[in-house]
Amino acid sequence: MVNLKELSKRPELLSGGHRLCSGCGAGIIARQVMMAAADRPVVVANATGCLEVSTTIYPFSAWKAPWFHSAFENAAASCSGIEAAYKALKRTGKVNKDIRFITFGGDGGTYDIGFQSLSGAMERRHRMLYVCYNNEAYMNTGIQRSSATPLGAYASTSPVGKVKKGKEQIKKDLTKVMVAHNIPYVAQSAVGYWNDLITKTQKALDIDGPTFINVLQPCRLGWGYNPADTAVIGRMAVETCFWPIYEVVDGKYKINVKPKEKKPIEEYLKPQSRFKHLLRPENAGIVAEIQKNIDENWAWLLMMEECTNR
Amino acid sequence: MSEKKNLKAKTGNEAMAEAMRQINPDVVAAYPITPATEIVQIFSQFVADGVVNTEFVAVESEHSALSACIGASAAGARAMTGTSSQGLALMYEMMYIAAGLRLPIVIAEVNRALSAPINIHGDQSDTMGARDSGFLQIYCENSQEAYDSMIQAVRICEHPDVLLPATVSTDGFIISHCMEAIELLPDEKVKEFVGTYKPKNWLLDVDHPFTLGAIDLQDYYFEHKRQEIEAMRKATKVIKEIGKEFGQKFGRSYDMIETYKLEDAEAAIVVLGSTAGTAKVVIEEMRKQGKKVGMLKLRVFRPFPFDDIREALKDVKIVGVMDRHDGYNGYVAPVCSEVRSCLYELDKKPKIASYVYGLGGRDITLEMITEIYEELLSGKTDNNAKYIGVRE
Amino acid sequence: MADIKIEKKKGWKDLPACDYLEAGSAAAFETGDWRSERPVWIPENCIQCLFCWVYCPDSAVVVKDSLMAGFNYKHCKGCGICAVECPGKKGKKAIVMEAEKK
Repeated sequence: MVNLKELSKRPELLSGGHRLCSGCGAGIIARQVMMAAADRPVVVANATGCLEVSTTIYPFSAWKAPWFHSAFENAAASCSGIEAAYKALKRTGKVNKDIRFITFGGDGGTYDIGFQSLSGAMERRHRMLYVCYNNEAYMNTGIQRSSATPLGAYASTSPVGKVKKGKEQIKKDLTKVMVAHNIPYVAQSAVGYWNDLITKTQKALDIDGPTFINVLQPCRLGWGYNPADTAVIGRMAVETCFWPIYEVVDGKYKINVKPKEKKPIEEYLKPQSRFKHLLRPENAGIVAEIQKNIDENWAWLLMMEECTNR
Repeated sequence: MSEKKNLKAKTGNEAMAEAMRQINPDVVAAYPITPATEIVQIFSQFVADGVVNTEFVAVESEHSALSACIGASAAGARAMTGTSSQGLALMYEMMYIAAGLRLPIVIAEVNRALSAPINIHGDQSDTMGARDSGFLQIYCENSQEAYDSMIQAVRICEHPDVLLPATVSTDGFIISHCMEAIELLPDEKVKEFVGTYKPKNWLLDVDHPFTLGAIDLQDYYFEHKRQEIEAMRKATKVIKEIGKEFGQKFGRSYDMIETYKLEDAEAAIVVLGSTAGTAKVVIEEMRKQGKKVGMLKLRVFRPFPFDDIREALKDVKIVGVMDRHDGYNGYVAPVCSEVRSCLYELDKKPKIASYVYGLGGRDITLEMITEIYEELLSGKTDNNAKYIGVRE
Repeated sequence: MADIKIEKKKGWKDLPACDYLEAGSAAAFETGDWRSERPVWIPENCIQCLFCWVYCPDSAVVVKDSLMAGFNYKHCKGCGICAVECPGKKGKKAIVMEAEKK
């Protein structure tokens, strides 16, 4: 259990004065991850995206830790190079501190355009924590669909019209793909569970190898809800089992939050304008399909938890 | 130099890998591609044998290779990579970024034709496509120059007035795979010459945190680009100084350009890379026949040696510029465009003709170069580029 | 509105090479003028859980000696997450949102 009073004594590594939207979940994720990391030297690499653009508008940077950005699709590769430099300079004695490395990427920079460099970095087993702040669309360029966009959701390139009813495909399960890299630590978390995210970050940073945390990030602009509810929406995703919170440590699954009662998906869909059209009677079939996918995935996770811990 | 010369038979790739071993960079991140594969393959063996301190990152693409080098360089490491053709093309995005972030990364590059159609042989379309990237570009005539230029490139790039990355290029197969006797310098001499990389700001200096790679909008981008432009301008002086210093120490001096029998030449050609070697043979033959022909070899294409070219060609009547690439402007090829642009300032301008040759590794023979000289001497040249060795 | 002092722009000869930036310089940038509502802290209802602090996307909750001590209105954008997450005391919130007086 994380002690917030103790945590508050650490230096704040992300200052205010950045230009993320009011109520932005990415700001919450970045802050909580950096809170967890602030007890040791860390270097941060960032993919192009909302977080990068909004926090480093020249001449103002919100980052108090060493921070680096070069392009969109290569955050994991850049961080690979930074970590390789660390190994080399440590060997030659130019660096003597223990430094940890964190990479941030949105779902565009992680699931899609940065997928290859992420996969490569994980396979090469660089010691880095990769955090995906997953807002399920390309928010920085104006809410275009990504492979993380869920079935039925509106996005500006999977719009709702007379013929099409939002995104027609189910989302990619990147967390599973990361598990398939056989790296020591893979986890899902969500905004709304500070204790979970901070604990997972600390755990990941202590592991000598590549680690990956996929954090669901409600986006007030792209998802269309009241900005004050960013954490509430995140919790709703977990309570409906739309976004289960779990971790896979050396191949063993652990579901960190098991809702006492799985809420129906409509409760998650209702407050978000990206799903508004799904609540119309003619789209009930899509909602049923979403629910079916959730139920199957949840059953699969429970099974994985059971059989990997036997 | 008083010491006995250490002559070894090396291909261009082996020579570049040997230079890298002696430079002993902190990080090498690379992805294989014909005909540059051997460079990093040989180098990875050095890593496996423990004869270098380098952290070798076998990345999953060239884009990641340069990205990792960029990260490593920003972190405080001396970083290098090697590639060719499509690999360089995949790096293009990151080349502009390496230069823009002012990171002195050296790429051991082997010139190979770009797809499509796919081809593995030598022409200069790959580096010519990157000519506006902010990279310094050095073209080598032979393995010796490749070896020497790799060593000099480290110093040039890391010079505080420059801080830009560079490609050091050899012609695919013609140099990369051909064995020639080259003189290798002693390890300790190279180590002493290149020194250690001492960046002002480096990410792993965690007690002095900073942000690198911020978004520059309308109010700062131009100033930062202007700095980069200035660095490229200043590089000319640095390249000359380091080429001279190299000569004083090791007996082989280098400059931006090399001239060959230009003093009294009536007709001259401008070439890059291995073709310069072929042209020298032609010049010797034609001179025996009393024909006043000469050559200007462009060793450095970025920055472009305007002053040197003007000075060297000011008294020549006619100049043929030989490009191993076509820039598709529908007129003349890129090197010719720039040579013409720089000679335009002269009061007495030489006549200029553009020749495109050797695309996709098509041979350039002594006869072809002789024909070019004959045409230049006759004065009957075309306004548009002429294609040498292509079937009509 | 940015600090006028910091916004004095240098020419290319004086600007640090490439885009190196001082760490944390954004603290000088004001985003408080984005607010349409402002959070107001009611200390008597505060149980010092620090949920407001841990959830603020703008690092705008001031904590001194591990205790909530108010807001940094220079950075607070008025999203209201703190008010929603505040558990309060006996059903009374320690943070409420009020309309920003312009």
